[in-house]
Amino acid sequence: MKASLAFRIWISLLGWGAALAMFFPVAWMVLTSFKTEIDAVATPPLLFFHPTLQNYFQVNQLGDYAGAVWNSVVISFGSTAIAIALAMPAAYAMAFFPNRWTKDLLLWILSTKMMPAVGVLMPIYLICKSTGLLDTKTGLIAIMTLANLPIIIWMLYTFFKEIPGDIIEASRMDGAGALAQIRVVLLPLAGPGIASTGLLAVILSWNEAFWSLNLTAVHAAPLTAFIVAFSSPQGLFWAKLSAASTLAVAPILVFGWMTQRQLVRGLTFGAVK
Amino acid sequence: MSTLEIKQLRKSYGSAEIIKGIDLKIEDREFVVFVGPSGCGKSTLLRMIAGLEEISGGELLIDGVRMNEITPDRRGLAMVFQSYALYPHMTVAGNMAFALRLAGVPKAEREQRVRVAAKTLQLEALLDRKPANLSGGQRQRVAIGRAIVRQPKAFLFDEPLSNLDAALRVQTRLEIAKLHRDLQATMIYVTHDQIEAMTLADRIVVFNAGRIEQVGTPLELYHNPANLFVAGFIGSPKMNLIGAVVRARTAQALELVLDGGSVVSVQPGDAAPGAKLTVGLRPEHIVVDPQGPISGHVEAVERLGNESIAYVSIGASLPLTVKLPPQSPVALGENLRLALNGHAVSLFGEDGHALGWTRPQAGG
Ligand SMILES: Nc1ncnc2c1ncn2[C@@H]1O[C@H](COP(=O)(O)OP(=O)(O)O)[C@@H](O)[C@H]1O
Ligand SMILES: [Mg+2]
Repeated sequence: MKASLAFRIWISLLGWGAALAMFFPVAWMVLTSFKTEIDAVATPPLLFFHPTLQNYFQVNQLGDYAGAVWNSVVISFGSTAIAIALAMPAAYAMAFFPNRWTKDLLLWILSTKMMPAVGVLMPIYLICKSTGLLDTKTGLIAIMTLANLPIIIWMLYTFFKEIPGDIIEASRMDGAGALAQIRVVLLPLAGPGIASTGLLAVILSWNEAFWSLNLTAVHAAPLTAFIVAFSSPQGLFWAKLSAASTLAVAPILVFGWMTQRQLVRGLTFGAVK
Repeated sequence: MSTLEIKQLRKSYGSAEIIKGIDLKIEDREFVVFVGPSGCGKSTLLRMIAGLEEISGGELLIDGVRMNEITPDRRGLAMVFQSYALYPHMTVAGNMAFALRLAGVPKAEREQRVRVAAKTLQLEALLDRKPANLSGGQRQRVAIGRAIVRQPKAFLFDEPLSNLDAALRVQTRLEIAKLHRDLQATMIYVTHDQIEAMTLADRIVVFNAGRIEQVGTPLELYHNPANLFVAGFIGSPKMNLIGAVVRARTAQALELVLDGGSVVSVQPGDAAPGAKLTVGLRPEHIVVDPQGPISGHVEAVERLGNESIAYVSIGASLPLTVKLPPQSPVALGENLRLALNGHAVSLFGEDGHALGWTRPQAGG
């Protein structure tokens, strides 16, 4: 199909508009983080100003940035690794050995994501408290694993569905048991898909705030909690808050930048195969 | 190399029974072809033998050992899929060596066996290519090579030629026949194409709706079809099947009135005067004869060069298909008289079964 020139111009304008609208708050946040507190609240907002690194130094004095980064890394990568390991066999079974309940099961798995998290805050809080998992990385890893599991199972299921069942059957005839099928056939063929699922899960748990804020205090506090610590007592100091936020998103932004090729390849797996 | 025995094998999906109790014994080194119309359950049966489909009832024995509960990776069979199902991330050599690698065969032996198979199938120049860079025919040969390398107990083929173009299909058919002779292996081959079945099989198993209609050598099925289904399925052009009533019976002949009124006499069969029958006439067993007992007029003529096929209306519901010599001067609309050549007919009772079909047919 060949779209008309006017249509293509409109579509690209729309695309650029949407991208700018989404990028603007982030850009403004980064810009603000380099302003003095006085410049930050000036009306009308200043586009040109004397940049300063003052906010970044202060943020590092007031909070334990390195500790928060470490917690975020351990929690997001740890929970993602565990969730993928759990989701692989589940998605494999549902994709290649479906039965009449598979569709219902999939919907049920997804439906757990439809419930607002706050609905189970109390029971989860109490469980964590009585098992001593409050404010521990272990506790948060467990929660993140479970919270992302439905999405991960769904994504892996979709990627596995793309692989012709004949190929799996051929490998069974060739003498591959369940583990060998996953290792030698499924992993290489669905590799990009698995990688992009993992990336998405890391990003989701990196930015997750609800559980981090409610279940951590000091020891296991990840970056999301680190920012919040600046917003409450120092809520009026926009420049410092912006600096803290910029520091929080920077690692995952760099990570996402480095892996974007992989991510795009995985997400368009079916289309380009 | 092994024997394979199926006893009262059944398969149901929910309440739908797809395979309805099949008994079959396949001998060592035999080439058996399952043939039947699409949807009759051939693939399902083959996949049950392979272990890819669970067995709902009955028993499968390989070399006398019950296999029902054995997973496919431990049955020692190799399968060639209709879609080829090559591993897209491995080279041709990698595809062929895959099973050996899983089985822990040392690298040197693996390479040796792949080389031998590649040589047989003329794949030597392609060993480092990925399946995406092969033609359909080459992929087909790799799929066969992957099976050969394993030296399996038996080969299972599921419509392996149906994705190839006509010329390549004939060539590959010949190669598979040669492979069977060279390897001396047990092979089970599924197809809906009766020509493939006739040309390849030691024995053909004709399926219809989840049951076996007849088992026999290609010529047995051709000359002595057990029932109307096999009669109509085996042979091209198809056997003519015409309704008839027995008028008289003598020691030498049975006199039949065909639909449309022509009277023919054939060798005696197991039928009493007044009985309704179906007469099966092969197109090549009908000849033009000015004194012949059947009269009709020509509705269509197909000239194929090596032969001509005439469709002659004799007043029955379907025209009679007649195979004629290429230069036969038959013209469209012409009135013709036809005769039966050597009384070679098959007779079927009202239940569709052949009358005394085990007897050898004279002039066949
Ligand atoms: N998984 C399934 N569930 C329900 N019915 C099936 C399934 N697989 C095959 N069938 C049915 O079984 C019948 C036989 O199929 P198949 O063995 O593929 O036929 P063939 O290979 O002879 O063309 C078909 O009617 C098909 O619809
Ligand atoms: Mg089939």
